[in-house]
Amino acid sequence: MKYIIAIIQPDRLDEVLNRLTEKEIHLVTASNVLGRGRQKGIAEVYRSHKEAGSLLRKVKLEIGVNDEFVEAAVEAITAGARTGQIGDGKIFVLDMADCVRIRTGERGGKAIG
Amino acid sequence: MMASKATGSRVLFICGAVLLATLALPSPARADTPATPPAAGAIDSGDTAWVLVGTAMVMLMTPALAFFYGGLVRRKNVLSILMQCFMILCLISIQWMLFGYSLSFGPDHHGVIGDLAWAGLRGVGAAPNPEYAKTIPHQLFMAFQMMFAVITPALILGAFVERMKFSAFCIFSLLWATLVYDPVAHWVWGTGGFLHTMGTLDFAGGTVVHINAGLAALAAALVMGKRQGFPHAISPPHSLPLGVLGAGMLWFGWFGFNAASALGSNGLAVSALVATHAGAAAAGLAWSILDWIKFGKPTTLGMITGAVAGLVAITPASGYVTPMGAMAVGAGAGLICWCSVTWCKARLGYDDSLDAFGVHGVGGIWGAIATGIFATVAVNKDGANGLLAGNPAQLLIQLKATGVTMVYSFVVSIILFKVLDWVIGLRVSEHEERVGLDLTQHKEAAYTLVD
Repeated sequence: MKYIIAIIQPDRLDEVLNRLTEKEIHLVTASNVLGRGRQKGIAEVYRSHKEAGSLLRKVKLEIGVNDEFVEAAVEAITAGARTGQIGDGKIFVLDMADCVRIRTGERGGKAIG
Repeated sequence: MMASKATGSRVLFICGAVLLATLALPSPARADTPATPPAAGAIDSGDTAWVLVGTAMVMLMTPALAFFYGGLVRRKNVLSILMQCFMILCLISIQWMLFGYSLSFGPDHHGVIGDLAWAGLRGVGAAPNPEYAKTIPHQLFMAFQMMFAVITPALILGAFVERMKFSAFCIFSLLWATLVYDPVAHWVWGTGGFLHTMGTLDFAGGTVVHINAGLAALAAALVMGKRQGFPHAISPPHSLPLGVLGAGMLWFGWFGFNAASALGSNGLAVSALVATHAGAAAAGLAWSILDWIKFGKPTTLGMITGAVAGLVAITPASGYVTPMGAMAVGAGAGLICWCSVTWCKARLGYDDSLDAFGVHGVGGIWGAIATGIFATVAVNKDGANGLLAGNPAQLLIQLKATGVTMVYSFVVSIILFKVLDWVIGLRVSEHEERVGLDLTQHKEAAYTLVD
């Protein structure tokens, strides 16, 4: 089992979710986050004073998958989130020790579904 | 049917007023002032109704200002702004009824200050005071003026947001209202006040309210110093929609501020309302266009700031200028305040956090001068002609009144801030400033993170 964390552009969220659904990956948690990489932010102007925000708005997706779905998930996220511009984001794949479905108490791979 | 009802209520009202006036007069304080005939029965129900509504509208401007300012600070400080505005609303209302009104409008001493004859609103009743407003109850004039006394110190807080101790703020506001607002209101509006006698035109408070508060704001920014992280590490406004709500409510309330300053329901009130609207609209547009040209995009904050600058500038002129004159005053306010906020503040480097000086001070100064340029007796026969109507002397009078108010407000405010800083300290600790005033001054948070 793997735990996938993807940081993507907020405006790519719908497309990524569509691609994940196509690959029958339903378990997704999304949150609004702030982050930064090498790109510079959009300069905002407040009463004539430019403010370049040091952190940018991003969306973080967290997805638990069984091993055979890892490549499908990575492909779906990459296809949905890629624009070719700096700032498209990152995908981190981590080992996951266990998974518990709270409703039934099931453990491991069959709890992910 | 409607007409007879209205007439009936008017008759009832006049009877009531006559009765109350008979009961209220003569008061001991006014027995020796010859120029106050009872004038009972002269109360006009239309005038009274409009000034009543106008009073309520101006009251709403202080909470409106709270939202305008509150939206522009960081999340951790929004409650402190709302709280400061509400504290002023309560504190200065009490001050005004106890002695502030009497100091401002009470019987004159040497053109400088009113005396305490009307303290506790003694003798301020339902009968009109013909020197101030012939057709409405004196008490209504007092209540209308109270809302001006309330909002003026509230304007100053834009300069010292996010760093002032609440206790110091309360003491400062009370002292400033007493030592700066009340005398200046007397000079300009009080019978016998020396700027009033000189012929200064200030329809609704450009000098008394905006220049006065604006210069105190500059003093605050200079004495208090910058916020930590100013200018580059301060987060942007936490809620521009709140700011827009506040600006919209201010614009609405300003119709009461300016149009009800006619103290009657008449052509002058309508003229002031139209001038107010024209000034705000022209200034909002001017600021937006300047933003568009300079930064490539018109900003929301720019447009609402421009509209407020226009409202500030048109305030002294609103009862004396034509709609076209008002547009010129507004467009000038947009341009001048934009320059002051964009260039001067950045060059001079002081942290007038929400541009209380840049908008109210600078806009007020322009408005007072513009009144001397655009005023015409064609609009208001009790006013005067300005420069464009062939009377350059009026411009000099306006400049003099502006200068006197600027110097007095700035000097006394600096002294007040310095003394308070020495006695109790003006600023919260560095730690408290980082945590935010909401938690450290009020033990509350504006927004929860969980449902």
